[in-house]
Amino acid sequence: MDQRTSSDQRAAFSPVRLDTGRPETHRPSASSTDGRSTDTAASRPSAPPKRSTDDVVFDVDDVSVHYGSAPALVNVSLTIQRRKITAFIGPSGCGKSTFIRCFNRTNDLIPNARVQGRIHYHNQDLYAKDVDPVEVRRRIGMVFQKPNPFPKSIYDNLTFGPKVNRMKVDYDEVVETSLRRAALWDEVKGKLKQNAYSLSGGQQQRLCIARALTVDPEVILMDEPCSALDPIATAHIEDLMRELERDYTIIIVTHNMQQAARVSDRTAFFTAEVESENDDRRFGRLVEIDDTSKIFSNPSDRRTEDYISGRFG
Amino acid sequence: MAVSTSAPPREQPDRAFRAPVGNTIREKFTQLVLLLGTLVALAVLAILLIDIAFDGVGGLSLNFLSNYTSRFPEMTGIRAGITGTLSLMLLTALMTFPLGVGAALYLEEFAERNRWTRLLETNINNLAGVPSIVYGLLGLSVFVFFLGFGRSLITGALTLTALILPVVIVASREALRAVPREIRDGGLALGATPLQVAFRQTVPAAIPSIMTGMILSLSRAIGETAPILVAGAVFSRRADNEPWNLSESYTAIPIQIFDFVKRPQEEFQVGVASAAIIVLMTVLLFMNSAAIIIRNRYARKI
Repeated sequence: MDQRTSSDQRAAFSPVRLDTGRPETHRPSASSTDGRSTDTAASRPSAPPKRSTDDVVFDVDDVSVHYGSAPALVNVSLTIQRRKITAFIGPSGCGKSTFIRCFNRTNDLIPNARVQGRIHYHNQDLYAKDVDPVEVRRRIGMVFQKPNPFPKSIYDNLTFGPKVNRMKVDYDEVVETSLRRAALWDEVKGKLKQNAYSLSGGQQQRLCIARALTVDPEVILMDEPCSALDPIATAHIEDLMRELERDYTIIIVTHNMQQAARVSDRTAFFTAEVESENDDRRFGRLVEIDDTSKIFSNPSDRRTEDYISGRFG
Repeated sequence: MAVSTSAPPREQPDRAFRAPVGNTIREKFTQLVLLLGTLVALAVLAILLIDIAFDGVGGLSLNFLSNYTSRFPEMTGIRAGITGTLSLMLLTALMTFPLGVGAALYLEEFAERNRWTRLLETNINNLAGVPSIVYGLLGLSVFVFFLGFGRSLITGALTLTALILPVVIVASREALRAVPREIRDGGLALGATPLQVAFRQTVPAAIPSIMTGMILSLSRAIGETAPILVAGAVFSRRADNEPWNLSESYTAIPIQIFDFVKRPQEEFQVGVASAAIIVLMTVLLFMNSAAIIIRNRYARKI
């Protein structure tokens, strides 16, 4: 965006920026550079009403992932819609974590992981040759299973992203805005210089969400963000996700079906299949994706119904 | 036939929680053996220290620290050795730190895992076990003759650097490996490049452990006599060594101790040598404390 110094690699990935549907882009262009920083201040104008539901952020076409020669996930095709929460559920080994890592090219970092097929992000192929995975990861943020704050102060945790991306912003403002958006500001405003490890697990995870927001992504990927948290902290995060949904597209992997039912708009059910009778290596396959209410009340596929009703998994 | 449902008779309650007699004895005996082992190690060290202290304290004086060597035991000193050792340590640390951390960073964070890097790793691990005299010979042939540095301070520092570099690399790699994978993931997910993550997150998080490796390695280097003796250290020098006088001849405290011990007069062999050993150990102690303080301060900040 405007606040970033442009360089070649960013330019290569910039056409997408034209139509991300973020509040900023609706602003008059006159306020481009300076207006940006005030925009992120305490109150982002309440998000515009949701637009037509067929706004597609990701278009996934026949994606398969292999680790070495072993398939982890095969032939997945689906779309992810803007400003919705999409949940991936399914039994262990069904490849849902592998799949979510495809969206910001985190799989690139694993030696011998291979992604086939196409993922389009606003009509741009994420795996095209000239796409810089570093830039992809800035635009598509990620929150991990275990809270992973940096071993630094809360403040430094939140300024790291803007610093490495050379964003020309007021750091104090970014810190406050992101903490407010992550519903953590009131709890930590007096101790921003304290080490992030001094926070509780749930606070650490909200700090990680705040940290993801500092670089102004459009999408936030959450890989089982509550699996290390207690029910109260989990409830906090779920409320927060509902709140963030107004401005961000969220994809969440969860082991917890109730969580998917509570927070998500759409749910994708994956299953694990055994490769062959004498080889019990498993790989994942998408069974179906639909509105969450439909998946949990009247799924089209028998396997989904069995899983939802607790008959297996 | 009716199956009996009653439980088998229980042990008497008052005996239930007593340890079997044999266990207690075995436990006490093992503890005693372990304690004895500790005491033997400590006793040897204590005897050594006390012996040196008795022999050497008499020879310690300001003159001993500020004089250059002399033919007369009462007038001799180790000034050149002290300045030489300090200069050597400074130069060695300055060269070892960037080289060691850089190599570790490359191998741990960026190098592909293939046959070539595995070979490299094996070699580094083996180099850590090469006898120090071999490094002295390397210093003599490469730095003194091949590169033409002569028997100079830089030759000594380079030789010691080559000596401790493998250990520093291995220790730094361990330190980097101990930084959780999640911290790297967190940095990368924010759009930081692998290089930015390495220098802004991984290395700072690993610095305290890297410093420990540096301290231990330098402590080894400060007492080394053989390699720098072979690589051209001189026994006596009637001028200070300064780290910026790279091409001057040099000496060091262990070299001077060696010199004192092999002189014919008994005053040199016992009194003067012991006094020099006390000085060497004091310098070592100071260096280690300074490094530990630096390390702790850094560790508290992150």
